[in-house]
Amino acid sequence: MNIGFKDKLTGLPKPVRILLWILLALFAYALPLLELPIISTPGVDFGGVLFTVTIYCLVALGLNIVVGYAGLLDLGYVGFYAIGAYTVGILTSFHANWPLLLAIPVAVVAAMISGVILGAPTLRVRGDYLAIVTLGFGEIIRLTAVNLEWLGDARGIKNIAKPPNIGDEKTGLFEIPHLLWGDGTVLVDTEHPTKFLVFGYIDQVPYYWMGLTAVIIVLIADILIKSSRVGRAWEATREDEDAAELMGVPTFKFKLLAFSTGAFVGGLAGALYASRQGFINPLSFLLLYSILFLAAVVVGGQGNRWGVLLGAILVAYLPQRFREFDDFRVLAFGAALVLLATLRPEGLLPPRRTVRAKQLEQELEELEHGTDEGEEAARV
Amino acid sequence: MLTLGLSLTACGTTEDGDGGSDAACDLKLAFFGPETGPAAGLGKPIIQGMQLAVDEYNDDADCDVEMVKYDSQGSPDEAPSLATEVAGDESIVGVVGPAFSGEGAAAGPIFAEAGVPTVTPSGTNPGLSTNGWDTFHRALGNDATQGPAAAKYIKDTLKAASVFVIDDASEYGAGLAGIVEKDLAGAVKGTDTIQTGQTDFSTTVTKVNDAKPEAVFFGGYYAEATILIGQLRDGGYEGKFVVADGVKDPAYLDAKDAAEGTIITCPCIPDTDPAVAEFAADYEEEFSEAPGTYAAEAYDAANIFLDGIESGIDNREDLLAFVNDYDEKGITKQLKFDKTGEPADVHVYAYTVKGGAIVPEGEIK
Amino acid sequence: MNFEFFFNNLPELTITGLAFGAIYALIALGYTMVYGVLQLINFAHSEVFMYGTFATLWTVIALNAADANGVKLIAILIVALFASMALSALIALALERVAYRSLIERDAPRLIALISAIGASFVLAEIMGLRDRIAGWFGLDDDLSEYVGKARINNSMAGTLEKPRFDVAGVSISSIDIIVIVAAIGMMVLLDQFVRRSRLGKGIRATAQDPETASLMGVNPTRTIQVTFLIGGLMAGVAAFLYMLKIDTTKYDVGFLLGVKAFTAAVLGGIGNLRGALLGGLVLGVAENWGQALFGGEWRDVIAFVLLVLILLVRPTGLLGESLGKARA
Repeated sequence: MNIGFKDKLTGLPKPVRILLWILLALFAYALPLLELPIISTPGVDFGGVLFTVTIYCLVALGLNIVVGYAGLLDLGYVGFYAIGAYTVGILTSFHANWPLLLAIPVAVVAAMISGVILGAPTLRVRGDYLAIVTLGFGEIIRLTAVNLEWLGDARGIKNIAKPPNIGDEKTGLFEIPHLLWGDGTVLVDTEHPTKFLVFGYIDQVPYYWMGLTAVIIVLIADILIKSSRVGRAWEATREDEDAAELMGVPTFKFKLLAFSTGAFVGGLAGALYASRQGFINPLSFLLLYSILFLAAVVVGGQGNRWGVLLGAILVAYLPQRFREFDDFRVLAFGAALVLLATLRPEGLLPPRRTVRAKQLEQELEELEHGTDEGEEAARV
Repeated sequence: MLTLGLSLTACGTTEDGDGGSDAACDLKLAFFGPETGPAAGLGKPIIQGMQLAVDEYNDDADCDVEMVKYDSQGSPDEAPSLATEVAGDESIVGVVGPAFSGEGAAAGPIFAEAGVPTVTPSGTNPGLSTNGWDTFHRALGNDATQGPAAAKYIKDTLKAASVFVIDDASEYGAGLAGIVEKDLAGAVKGTDTIQTGQTDFSTTVTKVNDAKPEAVFFGGYYAEATILIGQLRDGGYEGKFVVADGVKDPAYLDAKDAAEGTIITCPCIPDTDPAVAEFAADYEEEFSEAPGTYAAEAYDAANIFLDGIESGIDNREDLLAFVNDYDEKGITKQLKFDKTGEPADVHVYAYTVKGGAIVPEGEIK
Repeated sequence: MNFEFFFNNLPELTITGLAFGAIYALIALGYTMVYGVLQLINFAHSEVFMYGTFATLWTVIALNAADANGVKLIAILIVALFASMALSALIALALERVAYRSLIERDAPRLIALISAIGASFVLAEIMGLRDRIAGWFGLDDDLSEYVGKARINNSMAGTLEKPRFDVAGVSISSIDIIVIVAAIGMMVLLDQFVRRSRLGKGIRATAQDPETASLMGVNPTRTIQVTFLIGGLMAGVAAFLYMLKIDTTKYDVGFLLGVKAFTAAVLGGIGNLRGALLGGLVLGVAENWGQALFGGEWRDVIAFVLLVLILLVRPTGLLGESLGKARA
């Protein structure tokens, strides 16, 4: 299905394609202003939910590099996310007064370095052992934050810097009204406009735009990396490490690169999260989040960037959209995971290679069994 | 266009069925805290305490006040989006919560900016009231008032020369234990930390037995306290066990004999007061269980808002002013707030577990 | 670091560590056996254990163990043990049927089975956490309040059992700890013998080693997988019963942390290895206690995980690093 869509898309002339992408991006930016019925989340602010969705998208893109591209099972990804968030917290509020834009680069580099430090000794451990080592890493990071007063302990860090405003703090450069949907009517709500671009407390939309911009940048970087030599080396390593090594791919180096690139993106997500939140404490970095992040990647289709984005959207959005399930919503979410897994075991949007591999397998099988079937047919 | 927007906000944005003709009829109070998730157990008594207050009000009111629940799962993660949603719904005039200090810290600036009055029935971090949020109020004493009282009780009443201090590494427990530890300084023979959710405390028991203290103070919630005291008693510890209001929950009595003699400090009026006893009876009739931790505080918090609504207030601004000037006797304490939103007048009482019940012992002065 | 305390209390710290480690080990079996046969992380096994703890609790309430003593109490406890094993086994089998089988049959990627397991884990835990509401649909919440009440908080059977202690050479030991250690090791030995000698056990090992050849040799893979889950469930039931003897208290989400620890123990010992699970569990239990004694309780879990990482660096496939299939005498 997605292939048909993609083929059609690639069949279009380039300017049309670019135009379509731009329209899609514009729609994505406008989403919280439109407040579309059904899509919009009752009981929780739609802009805030969308921001969370973009954070999950970032995390999923980063984790996809580790899990989907390089085939490394990481159950402690929240550790990098935490390092990003805490670096920003420390630098902009707790121990220094840096502006956010200066702290973010430091945060992502810190996350990346911690990825190298964790990866260098442990990436030699194969398969699921790596899963538990990373799980341990995530927990160590969280518990260290709980126990060290220097990191704010259980009380956390408050007053984390917001992004700089563009334009006047009161009004921004200009104001953008939201839409209001009544019964069959659409109204323009000029009472509560979003100010472009003021990062305050109440209005979550500017943070969503910030997150969405980050997602688009990471997405473009992801496309570039994936189609480069590095991307192919990752794919080779994942498919058959020994063969790749024999062909002259330094697999360890590339695994480490994948791990630290993933950590980089995770750190970025954490940094943006901390800035929107204004306050962080260790409760935001529980093991559960590593599991949810992984669920986003796998449910969406590990290895396919569009798939993992879809997975991230579902994992972050569904529990918020269906708040009316009340205390049954975790139950419903769990059931949805089981259903998705059993109905679409390759993920919602499997990577093309998996699709290709499946077809190949089927062809091989047909070739193998072809004669039997022929004989059977003859007998009947 | 502007008028349209105005009329819309006046009608409220959600689909409440009663379709009240009078604007003041559509007022809502929000609960902000955990309804699901790992902290759901702590959220439930708060929800029920608030529910009871709202139901009682609605029984004789012409216009019902609606109670809406904003389930944060106790996590600061969800707090900003939920708080923004609350801020956007003008019919919500007051918030009981945020239940935990962490989510309170994340949601606080939003409520402050939107001018939504909040009264937390359970968030005890002293730092919450120092942010300059006019909207912040606390219906219970913070760690800095409960901690010294517990220390005082250990020093003056128990006259314990040696104390072992345990905390649960949570914001509440570690904060409290830290203050007790500081106040008792010389008498502290040792300290240890457990983790929330941990169930085997054997090493902590060994540590306590090794230190042979006359009293053990535990800063944390009843969930861990119940198991901890059982293991301490099984391990042969015979000294006093002192805890704070996070343990004042009927579930603590599950520890059975081990719980006997436990001293619980709490800034809440004993049920020898008829109003408190009536609340407990009503609560039990409604929910067929005894009021749990912070149920009474939630009841008080909701009643502050409900008194305001009853007096004809129909917007946040007036209600905030009303709460700031409030001075009535609640069931847990005299409900009056100082400039920072802390309860102006906190009395801490000692309770003790006797014959399978938590009975009051008297005020800690 | 508190060396004086540590050395003065070493025997006691070790015994209590072994006792909790033995419970880790029994839970770890469910992870290790399923991993050995299917190479997938049976994430929902923690809930199999959790249901077992409730089976013990409910039996104790239903048979009014609080008022019983002597032979009657022991009889009730034996019933509770079987109830735990039965409920845990049932949940494990249901899990295999609902969350795994279709994925295994279609040879789906292993990670998706992990996600399915995570989903199933949420569902199972939440059903227990919402049991008062669910009973309410049938109007039974009042009649069953002893069983379904307090759905989101601790449920306790404290006071049912006396837990006498005795002194051996100046070391105070809890009788429960000894019972737990002996019972757990006994179960492990039984299981080890079963897997090595019985027909079913051989089938399990054969499937673990080479599923295709095993099925050609007449081993029914679906049945073998069921047996694997059944055994994991039974052992989790035993673990749940022993856990309740020791801790008295359970909760709908009690499985999560214990599951993580047990999984850690399985990896520590060498995942897929039965004896490794025992060794891993015991080592983890003792390491936690020692770590807490030396560095303080705030670092207990950190030390356990650091130890795990260190051991995996030295022995990349765990302490006894062999798969179930290769585990011979």
